[in-house]
Amino acid sequence: MKHKIRFTINGEVKEMEVQPNKTLLKMLREDLDLIGAKEGCGAGECGACTVLVDNEPVNSCLMLAVEADGKEILTIEGLSDDINLDSIQESFLKHNAIQCGYCTPGMVMSAKALLNRNPHPTEEDVKEALAGNLCRCTGYQRIINAVLDVAKKGGKK
Amino acid sequence: MLKYVGKSEKRVDGIKKVTGYVRYTDDLKLSGMLYARIKKSPYPHAKILRIDTSKAEKLPGVKVVITGKVVPNRVGLYLEDKTFLAINKVRFIGEPVAAVAAESEEIAEEAVSLIEVDYEELPAIFSPLEGIKPDAPIIHEDLGSYKHASIILPQSGTNISNHYKIRKGDVEKGFKEADFVFENDFHVPHIQHSAIENHCAIAQVDPEGKITVWAGCQSPYAVRRTLAVAFDMPLNKIRVISPAIGGGFGAKAGTTLEGIVIPLAQQANYRPVKLSFSREDVFTNTFIRQGMYARIKTGITKDGKIIAEENTFYWDGGAYTEYGVNIARAGGYASTGPYDIPNVKADSICVYTNHPVGGPYRGFGMSEIHFAIEQNLDIVAHKIGMDPAEFRRKNALKDGSATVTGQVLENVGLMQCLDKVTEDIEWDKREKRVSKIKYRGKGIACMYKAPSMPNNVGSSAIVKINEDGTVNLLVTAMDLGQGSDTVLTQIAAEVLTVPISQISIMTGDTDCTPYEWQTVASRTTYCCGNSVKRAAEDAKNQMLRLASLKFGISEEGLELKDGQIISKIYPDKKVKIADLAMGLTMPDGSGIHGPIIGRGAFIPPDVKDTDKETGQGDKPVAFWTFGVQAAEVEVDIETGEVKVLKIAAAYDVGKAINPELICTQIEGGIVQGLGSALFEEMKIEKGKVLNPSFVDYKIPTAGDVPEMKISIIENPEPTGPWGARGIAEPCMVPTAPAIANAVFDAIGCRINSLPITAEKVLKAIKEKKR
Repeated sequence: MKHKIRFTINGEVKEMEVQPNKTLLKMLREDLDLIGAKEGCGAGECGACTVLVDNEPVNSCLMLAVEADGKEILTIEGLSDDINLDSIQESFLKHNAIQCGYCTPGMVMSAKALLNRNPHPTEEDVKEALAGNLCRCTGYQRIINAVLDVAKKGGKK
Repeated sequence: MLKYVGKSEKRVDGIKKVTGYVRYTDDLKLSGMLYARIKKSPYPHAKILRIDTSKAEKLPGVKVVITGKVVPNRVGLYLEDKTFLAINKVRFIGEPVAAVAAESEEIAEEAVSLIEVDYEELPAIFSPLEGIKPDAPIIHEDLGSYKHASIILPQSGTNISNHYKIRKGDVEKGFKEADFVFENDFHVPHIQHSAIENHCAIAQVDPEGKITVWAGCQSPYAVRRTLAVAFDMPLNKIRVISPAIGGGFGAKAGTTLEGIVIPLAQQANYRPVKLSFSREDVFTNTFIRQGMYARIKTGITKDGKIIAEENTFYWDGGAYTEYGVNIARAGGYASTGPYDIPNVKADSICVYTNHPVGGPYRGFGMSEIHFAIEQNLDIVAHKIGMDPAEFRRKNALKDGSATVTGQVLENVGLMQCLDKVTEDIEWDKREKRVSKIKYRGKGIACMYKAPSMPNNVGSSAIVKINEDGTVNLLVTAMDLGQGSDTVLTQIAAEVLTVPISQISIMTGDTDCTPYEWQTVASRTTYCCGNSVKRAAEDAKNQMLRLASLKFGISEEGLELKDGQIISKIYPDKKVKIADLAMGLTMPDGSGIHGPIIGRGAFIPPDVKDTDKETGQGDKPVAFWTFGVQAAEVEVDIETGEVKVLKIAAAYDVGKAINPELICTQIEGGIVQGLGSALFEEMKIEKGKVLNPSFVDYKIPTAGDVPEMKISIIENPEPTGPWGARGIAEPCMVPTAPAIANAVFDAIGCRINSLPITAEKVLKAIKEKKR
């Protein structure tokens, strides 16, 4: 049996019918073609599937799609438009905080959630906020620096 | 004056990655796609008695079911010892014995559970030390008949798939002359690369039988070649596309899933078939790093000169060593580390076991042997009361020294790296006891590494000049995150004097982009970089010839500058690249030459085989990269926990084409090395992987990052582009031994096996107190 849900995705209201056992990640990737969120483990261990649900970072592989009913979801695709990147994305580019790019969308979304709730984090705050997002390439320091730099500039580019 | 080379240009792939736009293989959705799953062996070593797929075939939604019968050909990069699906017997837990393609992943999963397989268990081997015993069960009975590269020496009738020997000088005489002789043992466990992208492959077969494969693979051409052998196909009938790679570190250097999706697709009525591995599959069914046991016997003189060394490395190759045999070879030709030792006997032996398949992992044998070599050196230095850094300086390879194979070296930057790192870590300053329970220590480790590859493997590049003077650069070196797209673009920009933004790089499509052997071995900047440079020079020379005709000035009198060819003497005689891109238009309106396409090819010059009995040879590798790391750690003697406070690193990269990208490589390598030093170990019990997840197999997180101080040294490699050497793998090699040596410095205990867990540290502290 499918459930009817209604939610906001990247600013647009959507209605969908979903299987009760479908994860939010699968709905995003398979039904909405929003492939920025990645599956690295399918068990909430790597953070590559991080999206924001009502401004909170969520491992979308652990959340059921039906739970999105009435919620507001932001994915990496909703963070920038054709012209402007988010200041976090700009900062990742500036600091060379990207290598293979697979963890990047999840990492950026976790950073977004952190800066939403705490615009002036310390280095320790950043490390803690990103501890659930695994990256095997960069060694993290540049990612940490990129986030701190955004905070320092008050979110401005 | 260099304009683009040597500059920290921003990544050319950055915007696509930071917006989540990049399509990796698992992001591709093709119409009519079927989904595959594999049936895995539950036994480490067993005969297959019967496979019954009839129930699976009857399940609604199942389209294809296959077993090993459909792909009987053996394949392998250096040794053809594997089939894509098991035939007659299985050799590790998880080995695929059958595969299914169905309308959905769920149906495929259910179908797999309906496949019945009967096995007869065979005695198994779980350690190379068991595998070399004369009465050990044989894992590959037909080893003697397997095809292999000439540089690999399998021993028929044994479990030894390669044995690289070094016999240099007279080691017995050396030990007799030595004032002290010490022996030490070390062990390195299996670890997994843990790229965040799981492996995935899609195959589709068209009505003419042509196969297209999409896979996040490091080496599309090597994959194509392996598939051609497996399926008896001509190369032009197989197209391999690597859309993007979410981290590789060697795990995506071979061919695995591709060989399973193709036979499914061949029976799927032209529909594409996708196989996505789960994280657990990645731990059990893709490459893992080989385990290794080392014994090192060292003979030294009173004044601290090593005069004899006998090294034995036993590699835990796992069930198939088609790729792993070359790791043993690399361990052999580098067997003493970066030191000048006149008398050496070394044996590097690759042994089959019933573990998952060992393969290349960043640093390819070097991380493993250097853990042993660099701790051994420390132990020996302490035994004779010499400072470990000083001891290394005394024995280090320098200009004019001979390596373990007898290769005489020039432009060796090891001493400069040592000087820089000891300065950055403040080697002479020690604050050992910071509280009642916290002890600090500093440790150092050197390394060297060469690209481990066949002597004669090639690279190529194509440069197309467009009508408006912009450029398309085609190569098949893959950017796995290391930044090669950016670096190769910089190289083309430098030669063509065209801005980075006016060059588009395309990679990874065997029907479109030119040959590249593999993206491995830290060879891309050097090998592919040389081919890009030559392709750009070829295009430039074509345009110089046309400009020479146009102006009636000899080519020597012209130069390419800021996108135009200009006379060195008459600055008004100039023509833009755009105006020559399609050939030269003559005054009468006719045209000559046609579009400018530059072609570049490269094979490392003069690399030759070594002697099979002695391992001696004057140029067994293209170049050596040298580097040093030092660590400062803090050990909690109550919990045994080790915290890495700081790592200083220095590498001689020859020429930093993009200094920032090199720093990002080194930082990433340090943190990966730190993971292997402190937490990472695949727990394997009787062939079963007990921790195939990131909960049970911990890799470093943002909280584990130490302070990092990085230095780049530049002694040019004469055959590299502008002198560049490879760097991506050397970054992680010395981290683990530097940390191990720092732990000893802090608490006086040696941990001879990785990882250096709190449990091992506590045990060592207790034993020391006794």
